[in-house]
Formats: sequence, structure tokens, C-alpha cells
Amino acid sequence: MSLSQTIRTSKKWNERLNVAGTMLILLILAVVIIGIPFGWMLITSLKTRVQIFAWPPVLLPWPPHWENYSETLTAIPLIRFAANTLLICGLNIIGRVMSCTVVAYSFARLRFPGRNFLFMVLLSTLMIPSQMLLIPRFALYKTIGLVEPFDGYLPLVLPAFFGDAFFIFLMRQYIMTLPRELDEAARIDGASTWGVLWRIILPLCKPSMFVIAVLTFLWTWNEFMHPLIYITKFDSYTLQLGLNMLKGRFNVQWNLIMAGSIMAMVPCVILYFLAQKQLVGGIASVGLKG
Amino acid sequence: MARREAIEGLIGISPWLIGFCAFTLGPFIASIALSLTDWRITTGFKFIGLKNYITILTDDPNFVQSIKVTFNYVALALPLGLLGGLGLSLLLNQKIPGARTFATIFYLPAVLSGVSVALMWMWLLNPDYGVVNTMLSWIGIEGPNWFWDPDWALASVVLMSLWRLGGSAIIYLAGLQNIPPQLYEAAEIDGAGRWSKLINVTLPLLTPTIFFQLVMELIEAFQVFTVVYIITDGGPMRSTLFYLFYMFRTAFEDFEMGYASALAWIMGIIILTFTALVFKSSPMWVFYESDVKQ
Repeated sequence: MSLSQTIRTSKKWNERLNVAGTMLILLILAVVIIGIPFGWMLITSLKTRVQIFAWPPVLLPWPPHWENYSETLTAIPLIRFAANTLLICGLNIIGRVMSCTVVAYSFARLRFPGRNFLFMVLLSTLMIPSQMLLIPRFALYKTIGLVEPFDGYLPLVLPAFFGDAFFIFLMRQYIMTLPRELDEAARIDGASTWGVLWRIILPLCKPSMFVIAVLTFLWTWNEFMHPLIYITKFDSYTLQLGLNMLKGRFNVQWNLIMAGSIMAMVPCVILYFLAQKQLVGGIASVGLKG
Repeated sequence: MARREAIEGLIGISPWLIGFCAFTLGPFIASIALSLTDWRITTGFKFIGLKNYITILTDDPNFVQSIKVTFNYVALALPLGLLGGLGLSLLLNQKIPGARTFATIFYLPAVLSGVSVALMWMWLLNPDYGVVNTMLSWIGIEGPNWFWDPDWALASVVLMSLWRLGGSAIIYLAGLQNIPPQLYEAAEIDGAGRWSKLINVTLPLLTPTIFFQLVMELIEAFQVFTVVYIITDGGPMRSTLFYLFYMFRTAFEDFEMGYASALAWIMGIIILTFTALVFKSSPMWVFYESDVKQ
């Protein structure tokens, strides 16, 4: 074997070793970050009360106590809370997608006085930490009487119908990449401004609208502080408020607490895996442009 | 025609414009006024000038503690998160089968949050029956009391934040994939090894992304809330009294809305100052590819 051949083979082996090493590290990381936490949760949720505090720990509770799940659901109306949360999520999604699309389209395609200035204002609102608005917004809702009606849902839903700076920015950037010739062709065919939006832009914007809808769902589903402030009636609790109550009610019954937590996480996990392709791409590109 | 377009444009942005005035600009200005009052919901507004600010800055041990906690958290979580996220993204950027699947898996924790995640960690880090201390005991280490030990509680919150490493790794990964391969080829021709390529090509070209992440994570440190509310209630011994949690408690448990508004403004000023500092210092260490082209 000539020298150059030997070098080539060893380089090839080196590369293979690299790939194998990298995959091994990633595999270990995946087990540590995902496998162990979620596995431990699932195992705990299937144990009896005695098994949770057994030493050495029970690693495979057999038979699995699936009835922990139904016991959790009878103890606390989590289904009802989930329905409440879905209602809030749904209204937020509808409001956000509608308002952000119309506003983004206007910023991207229509000429009006002060457009650039107003867009700068929009961007600069991204710099205001949202926590700063927590108290004055509460004061506002309280003063104009939005806190009491509908069990405190209005402050959690209403703002979504007035757009969101981050998503408007995202959507505008997307609409700017669509060829203007499409608009003009439709105009020549007699379409109005809103006709162009409805028939040309909207169908093309579906990927962006999808990202807005999914992110809005995930954020609203997991939101804790705002419901904590505004919702006081038990029947109107969101899932996260219910989980907080679960913790107080069950104290050390970690099998039931974990069963409840898993049930609350599952919709997010499923949605994430269904939408991950668009979602990860969308987030990464935003990160770069920001 | 142009006039009509102008009217339509203004109508089109009106949802945002109205919302901006009603839900952002108005409250923003109102909170200045609120911070100058003694408002406790039940009582009326009473103008007291700068008294809230003076009390906060001179005579509020909880404020000092919450600033300490928040900045200690930043000092721990920020560098560890940057290094970890960067390292993970470098691994994911290798040409290996299943890289996409790995990226998808690691990103999962970034979309999960809220009470369920807090409860999960509360159980994982349980001193006696949690999985972490159980596994540590297998290799002969007696694990700490995590959230229930004043010396370890903050570190536990940092550990939780590191669980979301995949979130920043995805953003670094996008940055890495934007680096033109010709640069690596050129470096190889010049005889650069793996480390030299990392330090001289990868890192400089990644600085805009790192910069973006730096600002984001700084702001996020001031948003830690649910974990503290669910698990530690600010303790033990105020060791996890995060800023937002303290502000929330002042406003919605003690109902001192005026005082809490002043706290909010001090937080806003701190965040804006640090963001400005990071921005100001960026020319010293952030490298934009366009700088070379000019």
C-alpha cells in the first residue's frame, strides 16, 4: 500500500470515528435531557403511594397503576380546566392571526403617510419589557371594568385582537418576499385592496399564519401569571391554575401530581412534533434577523 | 387613488394603532404616574412624589436581595447557557445521520413551560426520592437538598434553565449554517486545523447571533416567575427572591400597586441600561460580514 493510500484510509477512519463519537455524545445528552426526566415522570405516575417513597426506588412499577390518571381527573376537574384553556387559546389564535395579517399586509403593501415612522414605533415596542406593563394594564382593566365580566377572561383575550408587534414584524417580512406582480395582476382584474389581501396574499401566507397560531397556542396554554391575576372563580380556572391547585391538594402524592402534569404537557408535545418542521425553521430565521 | 390607498392603509393598521395607544403607550405613561402615588387598590390614589423610589433605593432589603438574586442568576445561567448552547449547536452541525431528529428532540423543552414543568423539576430534584439524587447515590455522592437548601436553590433554578439549552442551540445552529463553506475551505488551504477554524472562522462569524442571545437571556432573567411561585415561594431564606416575583408579590399579594409600579420602572431602567451597554460594546466584539465587504 502506498503512503498516500494509507493516509487516505486513516483519514476516512478518523472521520468515521468522529461521527460515531458525536452521535454517542448526542445520544447520551438526549437520554439525560429528555429520557430521564420524562421517563421518571411517567414511571412515578404509574406507581402506588407506597412505591413512590420506597428505597431502593421502584424502577418498573408492575402492574402499572393507570388508574392514577382517572383518580386525578375525578379529584380535580382538569378536563373542564383544559376546556377553559382551549377557549382562551382559540380566541387568542383567532384574534392574533386576523389582526396581525391585516396589519402586516398594510405595512408591507400600502402607502400611507407616516408608514415608516409608525413601523419604527412598532419595532421599538419590542424593546419594552412586558413586565413593565403588568401593573398599569391591570389598573386600566380594573378602572374600565374589564376584570369582573366573563370571569376575568377579557384581559386574557382582548389584547390579541389588536395585533402583536413581534408577529406583525414576522408576517410583514414574509409578505415583503411575495412578488408584487401578483397584486398588480389581481388589481388589473378589478380586485380591491382587501380583495387582494383575501384572494392573493392570504393563501400565500398560510405558513406564517401557522407559525403564529402554533406559538400562540403553546404560550397561552402554558401561561400562568396572567390567569393567576385575573381569574378568581374556580370553575373558570385554566389548566395551569388547576395544576397549581393539584399541588396544594395532593401534597406528597407525587404519582397523582405527575399524572396531572403529564396530561397537561401531552397536547403541547403532540402539537410540537406535528409542527416542528415549520416551527424550528421559523424561530431560527427570526433569531437571525432580530 | 393614492388618497384612497392612504385611508385604506390607516384602516388596515388601525387594530395595532388602537391597541398600541390603549394597551402599551397609555399604560406606559400611566405607570409613571402610578409610581408616584401611594395606591393600594382599596384606597384612592395619593400623590407622594418620589417617595416610593427613595424607599426602594435606600430602605428596602427585599429589593436589594431580589437584585442580587436576579444578577447572580444571570452571572451563572448566561455563560453556562451560552457555552452549552454553542457546544450543542456545534455537535448538531456535524455531518451525522439523524442530526435533524436530534435537533427536534433537544428543542422540545423550549416549548414546554408553566406549572407542569415546575412540578416535574420539583419531583426530579426531590432530596430523598428524586431521580437526580438517586442516581448520584449510585456513584456514591450524596446529593444536595436542591430547592430546599439556601445555598443550592438558585443553582437549581439555573439547572432548570440549562434544560432548555436546545432553544438557544437551534438559533446558533441557524447561524452556523449561514457561514459560507468557502471560508472553511480557504482556512484549510492555509493549513488551519479544527481548533483554529473554530476560533478564527466560526466564532467571529457567529458573534451577531451570540449578541442577539445575550440580550434575550438578559431580559429573560427578569421574567423568572412560575418556578419560584410554584416551588420555592422565594425561599429558602429569600435565596430565590427573583425580581419579577418580588414585584408580583408587592402588587398582587400586598396590593401596594404604587410601590410595585416604581419597582417596575427601576427594572425597566436596569434592563434598558444593560441592553444599551451590550449594544454600545458590540462594535468591540461583534463581527458582521458586511464590515469586510465595505
